[in-house]
Amino acid sequence: MATKNGCNGECEREQYATLDTFIASHGTGRDALIPVLHRAQNIFGYLPVPVQEHVAKAMDIPASEVYGVVSFYHYFTMQPRGRHTINVCLGTACYVRGAKKVVDALCEELNIRMGETTADRRFSLMTQRCFGACGLAPVMMIDDDVHGRVTPRKVAAILERYE
Amino acid sequence: MAQPRTVVMVPVDADTVTIGARDVKNRFAEAIGRRGLAAEISVFEVGSFGPSDAGVIAAVQPDGLVYGGLTPERVDRIVEEHFVKGRPCREWLLPGEYPLPDPRAADARRTQYAGRIVLDNCGRINPERIDEYIANDGYFALGKALSEMTPAAVVGEVKQSGLRGRGGAGFPTGLKWGFCAAESGPEKYVICNADEGEPGTFKDRLIMEGDPHKVIEGMALCGYAIGAHQGYIYIRGEYKLSIERLHQAMAAARDYGLLGDNILDSGFRFDIEIKIGAGAYVCGEETALIESMEGKRGLPRLKPPFPAQAGFRQKPTNVNNVETLANIPAIIYRGADWFRRAGTENMPGTKVYTILGHVLRPGLIEVSGGVTLRDIIGDYAGGMKTGTFKMAQLGGTAGDLIGGEMLDVPLNYDALEKVGHTLGSGAILIMNESVGVCDFLHACMRFFAHESCGNCNPCRNGLRWLTAITDRLKRGTGYPGDIEIMEEIATVLKTAAFCPLGQSPAGPIVSALRYFRAEIEKGIDRKSARPKPDHTARALATFAG
Repeated sequence: MATKNGCNGECEREQYATLDTFIASHGTGRDALIPVLHRAQNIFGYLPVPVQEHVAKAMDIPASEVYGVVSFYHYFTMQPRGRHTINVCLGTACYVRGAKKVVDALCEELNIRMGETTADRRFSLMTQRCFGACGLAPVMMIDDDVHGRVTPRKVAAILERYE
Repeated sequence: MAQPRTVVMVPVDADTVTIGARDVKNRFAEAIGRRGLAAEISVFEVGSFGPSDAGVIAAVQPDGLVYGGLTPERVDRIVEEHFVKGRPCREWLLPGEYPLPDPRAADARRTQYAGRIVLDNCGRINPERIDEYIANDGYFALGKALSEMTPAAVVGEVKQSGLRGRGGAGFPTGLKWGFCAAESGPEKYVICNADEGEPGTFKDRLIMEGDPHKVIEGMALCGYAIGAHQGYIYIRGEYKLSIERLHQAMAAARDYGLLGDNILDSGFRFDIEIKIGAGAYVCGEETALIESMEGKRGLPRLKPPFPAQAGFRQKPTNVNNVETLANIPAIIYRGADWFRRAGTENMPGTKVYTILGHVLRPGLIEVSGGVTLRDIIGDYAGGMKTGTFKMAQLGGTAGDLIGGEMLDVPLNYDALEKVGHTLGSGAILIMNESVGVCDFLHACMRFFAHESCGNCNPCRNGLRWLTAITDRLKRGTGYPGDIEIMEEIATVLKTAAFCPLGQSPAGPIVSALRYFRAEIEKGIDRKSARPKPDHTARALATFAG
């Protein structure tokens, strides 16, 4: 199975071991499911079905319910992402200040559509609900960095900073 | 300990961090240290001053000067010129009374008392130092409650204050606490709803970043009042700086015996844990939030039973918004009568707003309920940045759109209700003539359609319809009859949707039709005929995805 670092075998076993340690420290109570999935996505980069099944077994929760939770929340993804995830805010404050034009510029620059990943796995392009940085509208996040007052012209220069 | 003669305060919040506030602050400390002035000039982080238009800023006190647009290089010059040679760098100073042009002006005209209650410490104290909070009367309310007041008296004081929930619904807080306090049983919970997700709203984030102890103290007071020993803060994962500062503040409070087993030797036990959400708008609804905390999908529960009877883990639970809880310490310490001096009869106290859009100075403000939208745009936001006022949306994406004729209605629950509107969560989005109503509505509806949890039919399907219809209208290809269908769906949503997420999209639709019907009608192509139903279904599938 391809994972975050493209690893398999030995290193994948290590990833599962790290996850199991986390589950053990958090208990297997139902409340812990979302923190465990956060951690799992952090370890593997995404949440493919085998990882979900592993969590289900380890926490004694039906796999269907784990899948239900994973598919419900935006943060969780079942698709491998690029090395960097671009999230463009399309909340109303950003929208009226031209976020749509930023999205168009990104699509053109990266030659992908919304929700897709570039062929070289460098970027994934997503939209997100408001992340509360409206004073800087329009806003996009790349990984954990917030970029404010983005204009179509600035897009290329911002992307260059991410390898 | 030597007292510094000058302090430099750099507002560090999640917005300013991204444009280099931490680098600026560190450079001040370095440059001042290099010049051997560290004992005289102290540098520290504070929360947001409010406006968010001037880049990285720093206030120099007691000089009363504020620098804007700072970079590390400019900091070097300021230290050399201002602190060493005593000549402020005028070219980077912000005009006159920045951050707020006499913040009390508009308020003072209309109410007896004006001032900040929730944000009084934001931008003034270092949020990472508990001593500064305590020096500003922090934790005095908790001390007073634990030593002089019974839990019932605390609930009574909150009831007396007339505080209403600041998350959007405006339910009386004291009444809510009373329901939970009346339940028996040793296991109850206090939840702070910090899943701020209403687009355009970020007041809670700035409260938590600027004054985290106020929220913690409010939660502890609530715990004492209703008989709970455990609190949870349910917060969005994106709010990284808030999470960091809350963790830091909780650790400091535990250290000082203000959280934990035996708070202030009173025998009262209370602690707080942070729960991080995974991104779902619907989780701002309190029962959906509780489901999410229990590790499930965030689907709203059927009420009753209300959380006060059966909430988290089916135990009595009280859920309040961040801003609501941040009002509590002042109410308990200074009393309900003091609190009632601000605001109006039915909406005492103040309200925190984020003001955004085409205004000169977007940002965070705190005003009382007597203030009008015209005051806010003119006195606080510095007027329109470009163009003329066309419309405003009150309270985030779920809020009503209002036209120019409502500029002079005071922003409080009752005055707005009288003219058929609601106040909502505290976002005010100001728009000029460049924004088309149909285009704007489409953006709102697409958001809701995406965020619908799919639990009930009116919301799941109604929002898809509204997305498709507003998409047609903004392109000028609406079918005759589309407006009537929108009105019908809005009625169905309002009356039959399961939770507030499904009910609230009716607000923008109905209000837009009230003020901008003529413009919306222009989106209809009179010559076109509505396709047969099967085509409509296919069109829906393409548009609403």
